[in-house]
Amino acid sequence: MKLLLTYLAGVVFGLGIAISGMANPAKVLNFFDVFGTWDPSLAFVMGAALLVTAPGYMLVFKRPKPAFAESFKLPGTKLIDRKLVLGSFTFGLGWGLAGFCPGAALPVISTGNPSVLIFTASLITGMLLARWLIATTARRQDAAQAN
Amino acid sequence: MIETEFTPWASAFGGALIGLASVFLMWVRGNVFGATGILAGFLQPSSSTDWSWRAAILAGMLTGPLIFLAATGGFPAIEVPVSTLSMIIGGLIVGVGVTYGSGCTSGHGVCGMARFSPRSIVATLTFMAGTAVVVFLTRHVIGL
Repeated sequence: MKLLLTYLAGVVFGLGIAISGMANPAKVLNFFDVFGTWDPSLAFVMGAALLVTAPGYMLVFKRPKPAFAESFKLPGTKLIDRKLVLGSFTFGLGWGLAGFCPGAALPVISTGNPSVLIFTASLITGMLLARWLIATTARRQDAAQAN
Repeated sequence: MIETEFTPWASAFGGALIGLASVFLMWVRGNVFGATGILAGFLQPSSSTDWSWRAAILAGMLTGPLIFLAATGGFPAIEVPVSTLSMIIGGLIVGVGVTYGSGCTSGHGVCGMARFSPRSIVATLTFMAGTAVVVFLTRHVIGL
């Protein structure tokens, strides 16, 4: 039941991405091109998503715990550090080059569109590379501290 | 550059569904609906139960466009105004950025902003700025 409802959350998300235009790089990049072929549609995607999620979360968080789990799993750190800012800025640079972000590209893998497949393969490569780099750096720091 | 039609209603409706999915997932199992985190844990899971819910949600995400196809008779429009090289480099950079930045448009931009997390607000403003810079440079300075 829990897995089926989880699947259903994915379906609603994927349908939302398909309807919203988020999975269309031309539309996404035009949102950022205020001085060119500007298309403000994406503000309506983000705006509507926030108008639903903010009050929806407030209602959900009034409950002591989720319907099918013991606790809410929210990110623990509140740190605004260089890693967050530089990482996010880097993500923005890539988003501006490709026109896809992860949440928009993943659902439309099922369309078989070659650009989506190329983007997703690169995305996964970049993620694994970064995770390896982060783990290697952490190990080196641990080793340096042990000395 | 490809001109696109302004679609406030479809975009708002799609956005509302994305929000609904995020609220629903939090209600069901208490997880944030962040594509980066879901995919990262799917690729390198911490346990088999941790993997199965991520597989289920990804399968659901893939199903969304198929329902769109069944309802409208076509897949959603995917128009690509950039080169394949841009797509490859862009994808790599996105992968590195979202991993160091701990999230993307869905995790920080929707779920984090919706609970007024200062971290997510900073992240979202920062990546939007990065995207705007690249689009301005590639379209109006370099003229790709």
